[in-house]
Amino acid sequence: MPDSPVSEAATTRVTPRSVLTRLGALGPLLGLLALAIVATLLNPDFLTVSNLSNVLTRAAFTGIIAVGMTFVIISGGIDLSVGSLAALIAGSMILIMNTLKTSLGAGVGTIALGMLAALAIGALAGLFHGTTITRGRIEPFIVTLGTLGIYRAVLTYLAQGGAISLDLDIGDRYSPVYYGRLLGIPIPILVFAAVALLGGLILNRTRYGRYVQAIGSNEQVARYAAINVTGVKIATYVLLGVCVGLATILYVPQLGSATPSTGLLWELDAIAAVIIGGTALRGGSGRIWGTVVGAVLLVTIGNVLNLTNIISVYLNAAVTGLVIILVAFFQRGRR
Amino acid sequence: MQAIKRFTLLSALLAGTALSQGTTKQVIGVSIPSADHGWTAGIVYHANQAKAALEKKYPNVQIIVKTAKDSSEQANQIQDLATVNKINALVILPQESAPLTRPVANVKAKGVFVTVVDRGLTDPKAQDAYVAGDNTAFGRVAGNYFVQRLGTAGGNVVVLRGIPTVIDNQRVAAFNAAVAKNPKIKVLDAKYGNWNRDDAFKVMQDYLTRFPKIDAVWASDDDMAVGVLRAIQQARRTDIKFVVGGAGMKEMIKKVMDGDAMMPVNVTYPPSMIADAMRLTVESRVTGKPMKATTIIPSVLVTKANAQQFYFPNSPF
Repeated sequence: MPDSPVSEAATTRVTPRSVLTRLGALGPLLGLLALAIVATLLNPDFLTVSNLSNVLTRAAFTGIIAVGMTFVIISGGIDLSVGSLAALIAGSMILIMNTLKTSLGAGVGTIALGMLAALAIGALAGLFHGTTITRGRIEPFIVTLGTLGIYRAVLTYLAQGGAISLDLDIGDRYSPVYYGRLLGIPIPILVFAAVALLGGLILNRTRYGRYVQAIGSNEQVARYAAINVTGVKIATYVLLGVCVGLATILYVPQLGSATPSTGLLWELDAIAAVIIGGTALRGGSGRIWGTVVGAVLLVTIGNVLNLTNIISVYLNAAVTGLVIILVAFFQRGRR
Repeated sequence: MQAIKRFTLLSALLAGTALSQGTTKQVIGVSIPSADHGWTAGIVYHANQAKAALEKKYPNVQIIVKTAKDSSEQANQIQDLATVNKINALVILPQESAPLTRPVANVKAKGVFVTVVDRGLTDPKAQDAYVAGDNTAFGRVAGNYFVQRLGTAGGNVVVLRGIPTVIDNQRVAAFNAAVAKNPKIKVLDAKYGNWNRDDAFKVMQDYLTRFPKIDAVWASDDDMAVGVLRAIQQARRTDIKFVVGGAGMKEMIKKVMDGDAMMPVNVTYPPSMIADAMRLTVESRVTGKPMKATTIIPSVLVTKANAQQFYFPNSPF
């Protein structure tokens, strides 16, 4: 970067450019606020507690995945398979719990084992991605493009193209994990907040987090600095896999079923949330809070469109695309 | 010598005509979309069931079932069926109408009898016969039920649409036309749920936020009805009297059989239509009787009284 001394000097002084840069960092938050104001003007019901809790609960699925994705993208990688993986985990988890019911009954034990299996499958998938990418030296785009197809095909096979449904008794016991509340807040929102908090701590306050950022900004230099690049990279994929497992644990009690269209395009939502949040797609730097705002922003657009009737239903995807581009535009000063 | 020659010629001619008399082998190719959601899963299931049944009934018939994930794969497949497998007839449920019209026409030009199922081609000349469900009736039958059930009191109705397609437009237009006969029925809004459980859940949640009083929901599809029911359950709303899905998912037919108050009826758009198309095609090939140019499988109202005959517990859909 030949211009880095200049930009460093610029950030130490208060120049119009540096003000813009700081405003740009707040881009996603400002975007969300603007959207919320527009939404409230269009339909006052937007600000009701029940609607906001719907929105945040929806954001929890892709949001939790996006927190893991932030690490992968900062380290210079990408994972396209998360939506398919979520579907496969959901299906496998349901089949495992249905099978366990015959020996363990529909109790907490069965559900706990199901959850454990979800996390284990996610971690294993992440381990596979990380190992193939680093030791096998295949582009992450290619590896996860491959597994994107594999996971969804295996789920479709398991479901014979139809649906895998959770046993009704287990479903009753399990449903509070999605529908339940703690201190009046839906559980998925609490888990999302905890994951985001933990993710932020790991990224900004631990040696591992700094390694991830170092590898993303310059892998060669990181290698010379004696950072275990392979290990750190594999760990980012495992972390993401666990996040997918966690998101699926919250998702399964929602509908109690997995179909071939489960988790469809979640990978794009997760990646979009990360990028809207201000993480560079080429890696090196990023923010967890930005990712959280990005995930909420994406869900809010859909919610607003459902709450109003102004725009033709054919144009919903266009509005989403426009907002993504606008938010990215307002933070371009950071690059 | 001359007599022998004449005899072989005669028998060859006889064999030629026997092609349609069922004494020689008939190869039937079946090309369908791969199972990517409930309804197509039902198509694959019923196609394989029909293959087994028809091959058992007609020993000279061989049926090859192929599934394709998109139009281009399907185009390649039917080409292979014609050139490699030398099929005599093709039963095809096209992924998309326009891109497959040309490939199907090519196969027909080679002398293969073509039966098109459900999604019509852009040029009907590319087919010999057409077997389809009735999308207009699918919407109309549901709409008529709303008119009759809500009666003179009327009520507020919300609609979930599928994916933006001609099929969805036909269904929704027919539903709207039917409920328009009762001015007391108000359709509050119709948004896309993409024939998907999760999307339907979200759209219904937002309808529930937006509209304080909803009397009934036309989910227009059983997969979407699953999401709709969950959203209502979560919001603990008691104003909604009933939800009508459609297409005949076994869980939903079961609810109708059991007299579930929220799911009083269903409207068929049966994936078993592929089996009907295969049976009609094979029968016409074997007996030599011509097949009707157009066969419409009616969409009927499933009630507690007749639900039993639409219940396939072993189907994945």
